[in-house]
Amino acid sequence: MCLAIPVRVVEIDASGDAGKVDYLGTKIGANFALIRDVRIGDWVIVHAGFAISRLDEAEARETLALLRDVQDAGRS
Amino acid sequence: MDKISLELGGGGKTMRDFLARSILPTFPNARLAGLPDAASLPGGIAFTTDSYVVDPIFFPGGDIGTLAVNGTVNDLVVSGAKPRFLSLALILEEGLETASLERILRSIRKTADAAGVEIVTGDTKVVRRGQGDKIFVNTSGIGRIIGRARPGAIRPGDRVIVTGTLGEHSLAVLAARGEFGFENPVKSDCAPLTFLLPLWSRGVRWMRDITRGGLATVLSELAEQSPCPILLEEKAIPLSTAAKSAAGLLGIDPLYLACEGRAVMIVPENRAEGVLSTLRGHRQGRRAAIVGRADKAPGRPGELLLRTESGGLRLLEPLTSELLPRIC
Amino acid sequence: MASDLFRDRRVVAGLISEIAAAAASSSPPVRLMEVCGTHTMTIHRHGLKDLLAQAGVEMISGPGCPVCITPDGFHEAAIRLVTERENLILATFGDMTRVPTRLGSLQAAVPAPGSAVKIVYSPEEALTLARLNPVKDVVFFGAGFETTIPAIVLTAGRAQAEGLKNIAVLTAFWTIPPPLRAIVSSGEIRISGFLYPGHVSAIIGLEPYAFVAREFGLPGAVAGFEPGDILLGVRSVVEQIRAKKPAVVNAYPRVVRPEGNPAAREVMNRFLEPYDALWRGLGRIPASGLRFKPAHAAVDAAVKYALRPAEDASDSPGCRCGEILRGVISPPQCRLFGRSCRPESPRGPCMVSFEGACYVHHKYRGSSPAQRRSRKSHG
Repeated sequence: MCLAIPVRVVEIDASGDAGKVDYLGTKIGANFALIRDVRIGDWVIVHAGFAISRLDEAEARETLALLRDVQDAGRS
Repeated sequence: MDKISLELGGGGKTMRDFLARSILPTFPNARLAGLPDAASLPGGIAFTTDSYVVDPIFFPGGDIGTLAVNGTVNDLVVSGAKPRFLSLALILEEGLETASLERILRSIRKTADAAGVEIVTGDTKVVRRGQGDKIFVNTSGIGRIIGRARPGAIRPGDRVIVTGTLGEHSLAVLAARGEFGFENPVKSDCAPLTFLLPLWSRGVRWMRDITRGGLATVLSELAEQSPCPILLEEKAIPLSTAAKSAAGLLGIDPLYLACEGRAVMIVPENRAEGVLSTLRGHRQGRRAAIVGRADKAPGRPGELLLRTESGGLRLLEPLTSELLPRIC
Repeated sequence: MASDLFRDRRVVAGLISEIAAAAASSSPPVRLMEVCGTHTMTIHRHGLKDLLAQAGVEMISGPGCPVCITPDGFHEAAIRLVTERENLILATFGDMTRVPTRLGSLQAAVPAPGSAVKIVYSPEEALTLARLNPVKDVVFFGAGFETTIPAIVLTAGRAQAEGLKNIAVLTAFWTIPPPLRAIVSSGEIRISGFLYPGHVSAIIGLEPYAFVAREFGLPGAVAGFEPGDILLGVRSVVEQIRAKKPAVVNAYPRVVRPEGNPAAREVMNRFLEPYDALWRGLGRIPASGLRFKPAHAAVDAAVKYALRPAEDASDSPGCRCGEILRGVISPPQCRLFGRSCRPESPRGPCMVSFEGACYVHHKYRGSSPAQRRSRKSHG
């Protein structure tokens, strides 16, 4: 099952490969071995306990802007 | 099947088949036939029983003791009875810490006081280490019938009201298991629903506590007995942020999560605001909300429908297999 | 991350009307295949299937659910492991336990003395089980596509590095691009384009789909999982159709990079080699499966327990999961659907997995008379 929610990295252990991610206050363990140079505060996609991709915040903003355009077009 | 499998206790089809094939034919009588939550006995007495195998036995917001009292008390309340007396049967595993047992007994006492019931009889057994999981509890309860559910009287326009936010008990128990580093600030919603008793004289047509299977399962069962389809609004369902985040992370739909201190009821349209206001005036009902209605359309009698956040419409099915074992 | 916008009614309605406008000029009507169980689930759960149908886009579900395309032989091998061997813990994801086989389901199986089936949410839990139970053998039964494969394989690698001898993986690993080629070149059904899986693509990138546009002239878009994401993806494909410019468009750029996740692919290449796997419903497809290289035999349950998943298991009588997985029919066209085959009494894996086409179709069915009619006459 694709856990499709972006979650925030809040803890990274000494090895750099594991830690915790947070979503609206709930924390869950995650493995970061598949993400290069993970940092606290990064947003990642987690699947079966492993982070598989880092969220690109600039792209996320652009996508939201796209959706806002559609929303505004609906208003007029 | 010649051996009992875990799924028999899951509340799904295997259990229902077992009840139909092995229980009902062996004990044929009118009171058991409908498999009611509480049996109706002569003299206006309601009688119910439940066993509790929750794992772990202590969790944020409660323990097996709080569950054992509230679960049985709530079955009586939603069956239209004022709970009065409980029996308490304990099956203890050799090696259980005495301090844990004392703590659970104190919980039971505190919860019983809050619910206005007395523990009047009971039993204690001990089994060898390894032959029982710390403690199993059974409570049976007796109450005086003060109201009666009439799902057949549901009319278009009747409102569906839930008494608070959903799913917190399941998520609290899951977090307490400490599996896969899941930490969640949510506390179990386990609580007595005795504050709902006066509503039986305010026109409530039907009431049920939202336990195993969650709101969707409980309302599916109601829909089968209702002459009108029931429509829920996904946007109106009250969820705490903690529950929303935990359910989202685990990929579980909150509509299927068990609570242990929340009820759903069907109320005539002209009484709904008044009932809502009464609920919100009570500490346990602050997040009560109207989440749907019975209606002529869309849908057909017997159906439970959901209007999704994005504006789609779909049928809501009951849970068919156990999502999370040993939640209660 | 403002996710409410992805589910906003006005956004959904706006995208639907843009899609309708673009699809209106399309002849023959637009038919898009998605190959991701989570896409199947999201499309139905949010009522998008019917909204898209009304906008002139028919969504077809393809072989996107790993539980569904894993043939019975694998499930039977798992059942035999736990019922015939003592002191063996079979760890697996929940869906896998309910697939019905000739031997019943894993969930209903009664384990041998000291053995157990344990449902886990991550392969790492299997590792924990192996550490905590040194006198037992742990087998992780892992079915998955490229999204899940790196996680499982990394965990097996950790076990080897720690010198844990009591854990192995029963692999059912499938890759996405080969079945796309098989389906398109079979010409069995008419498809106008594809919605590509969001998280498989996060791993493999965009290049593996290039042949679909280049060789077969079919457009496609990688899409995410919110309603807004799905509709942005569909909008892209429909616009590619209108412009007659088939390509592979990334409509999920916040998560998917064109190059995918090289670290994840490196892990897969290190441990696994491709083989010609047998898919439920699709037959044997060249280089479509992955299995452990011989150097990793110690963590390969197939080698450790001398397992050879039977290839003769056929679907139960009347079960049409194979045709469902190829997109030839939709669930309501199977005579068993909703009658003897229901979520509580599944006859095939498509009704078992929470992302199986039949389960999703059944659980999230709409209720308007138009929807009932369209379910009856699915063309």
